[in-house]
Amino acid sequence: MRNAATGFVGAVVEAWAELRIHRTRVLLSLVGVAVAVCAITSVVGLGAVAEQAQREFSERGGGRPATLTISSFAPDTGMPAPYAETRDAYAEALDRYGVTYSSTVLYTGIRAQFPDGVRDVSLTVVDADYGTMHRVPVEQGRWFADADAARLAPALVVNEAFLVALGGVELAANPTVSLVGAQDTTAVVTGVVPDNYPEEGPTAYILLDAYERVAGPEEVALGQPSLEAWVPPEISDELSERLRTDIASALGDGVEVSVNRNDFAAFGEDPFLPIKLLVGGVAALVLLLGALGLVNISLVTVRQRIREIGVRRSFGATTGRVFFAVLMESVVATMAAGVVGVLAAVAIVKSPFVTDALGQGVVDLPPFPLDAAILGLAASLFVGALAGLLPAIVAVRVKVIDAIRY
Amino acid sequence: MSLVRLEGVTRTIPLPDAPPLTILTGVDLEVNAGDHISIVGRSGSGKSTLLNILGLLDAPTTGRILLGDTDVSTLSSAARDRARGRDIGFIFQQFNLLSGRSALENVMTPLLYASGRQFWRRSAIAAEMLDRVGLGHRLSTMPEKLSGGEQQRVAIARALVRSPRIILADEPTGALDVETGETVMGLLDEVARTAGSALVTITHDPHVAALAERHYRLDRGVLITTGAGAEVSA
Ligand SMILES: Nc1ncnc2c1ncn2[C@@H]1O[C@H](COP(=O)(O)OP(=O)(O)OP(=O)(O)O)[C@@H](O)[C@H]1O
Ligand SMILES: [Mg+2]
Repeated sequence: MRNAATGFVGAVVEAWAELRIHRTRVLLSLVGVAVAVCAITSVVGLGAVAEQAQREFSERGGGRPATLTISSFAPDTGMPAPYAETRDAYAEALDRYGVTYSSTVLYTGIRAQFPDGVRDVSLTVVDADYGTMHRVPVEQGRWFADADAARLAPALVVNEAFLVALGGVELAANPTVSLVGAQDTTAVVTGVVPDNYPEEGPTAYILLDAYERVAGPEEVALGQPSLEAWVPPEISDELSERLRTDIASALGDGVEVSVNRNDFAAFGEDPFLPIKLLVGGVAALVLLLGALGLVNISLVTVRQRIREIGVRRSFGATTGRVFFAVLMESVVATMAAGVVGVLAAVAIVKSPFVTDALGQGVVDLPPFPLDAAILGLAASLFVGALAGLLPAIVAVRVKVIDAIRY
Repeated sequence: MSLVRLEGVTRTIPLPDAPPLTILTGVDLEVNAGDHISIVGRSGSGKSTLLNILGLLDAPTTGRILLGDTDVSTLSSAARDRARGRDIGFIFQQFNLLSGRSALENVMTPLLYASGRQFWRRSAIAAEMLDRVGLGHRLSTMPEKLSGGEQQRVAIARALVRSPRIILADEPTGALDVETGETVMGLLDEVARTAGSALVTITHDPHVAALAERHYRLDRGVLITTGAGAEVSA
């Protein structure tokens, strides 16, 4: 279709030349379109970054899909059984179903000796698998290995605030800290994770066995640790039920066992939806206003161009061609504005300021989402076509002989 | 075979509170390849209307227009537009150049509606055409900056750039002083002859009419032949 190609290219060439002539007016009306496209694209792009941040944050807290939390207690006696026994029962059940990743989780606290005195530290007691299950973002040093359980001086993975509290020492200097427990122990810092939020206090991870030696088994049992298991999401419901019955029968009468799924994917719901809708709605409004300005300008210029359209028709432009060329004026203009808007959005979303604020601690910062860019361009195309329709209809209705009469 | 033939063309215009206005009655006209025809007539006699019908811009109320051997009324409006672009070039009294576009862009305009080589090489073709009318050095000048005679030369280049078989000129010298008018008309006559295009000129000026070989007068809608040959050109 040679004619279709020349027809299309020709119409775009005409449209572009026309825009060049009215560039000041067109530019002004396009500012609104560019801003709106930028806003829409940014919202979608920022949404993706925020979602990834939220996701990683949730995974750090609730584990990756699907994470089952197993816990048990004896309501009658109220006396917690030694955790070692309970844990054996859990492990046996998990083994039966071939679950390979599991970790004790106990949120507790401990007192530690810092240069400026003794301070409380929030402590998460875990097994080595926890690092993988929660994507713990170790930025210096390393996460626990199984061998760490046997170390004489317990290993600690701490947050940055902890390191700062120690006097800003380097990890390479193998900093130690004295833990105040059943017996005082000197622990070695082997890994550092970022703070979860600004001004977070010192926190640390410690392996269960090490903690048991520091605090004593009774303290562990009193804390009622739970066990997390990472299982395939498809079978998580069925597996929870089986695990519950198996463990309940292993632990005997009077013990209640609960198995719950609590990773973020179990809840669904996009927490940013209301903000996205609000900003998206405002942007759509701005886009429509920009389009209205463009309609206005193109209508005025089309009226001024009736003679010109008549001349073009007398040199062989078909009505279809005139329609398309006038339509393309708006489309070419808004697409240009759209490209500018999308580029601006990329610059905004990828700017250090925004990534720092939104993507704080995000390990896998997603690239600028292609959907967002496509959405922005599609929106400008749509608005351009909408704005060009009316002037194009006016242009087609021009009567050639009236237009070229002087 | 003629390029265009009008057979019994009548044009009337319905008026709201009066009997219809008759502009043309029973016009027969044949334009052959390479013909140079002049049409004179008083103001309001229907010359422009006749030219618009010849140029497929207007349709006769009754009668036929044959383009080659095709009855134009059987063509779709798009096919008629394309045929006009391919076969006919217009020159207007008021030049009708597109403002804000350079001389080159103006001459390129008809090529935008062509296809193939004419479309893709439009800039070179237009530049060459402007050179032929003696404006090779004013390619990027805006029409507003050109004199009347230069503007009409740009319009001549534009009319000829697709090498149409027929050129229709409606009082091409009407907006020019006598001397410039003669120069421009001489140029038009010459480039049309070089290109082998037929030329139909409407004019008030006997000198302009004298350049043609077939002469017509339009009188109250009736087309009368007033002679052929070189006897008037003296
Ligand atoms: N659309 C129209 N509506 C009403 N009257 C019209 C229309 N078109 C042409 N006329 C009338 O028809 C007559 C012929 O018009 P036309 O433009 O063909 O004359 P002309 O010979 O070109 O005159 P001039 O030498 O002044 O250009 C004029 O009286 C004009 O007013
Ligand atoms: Mg006239």
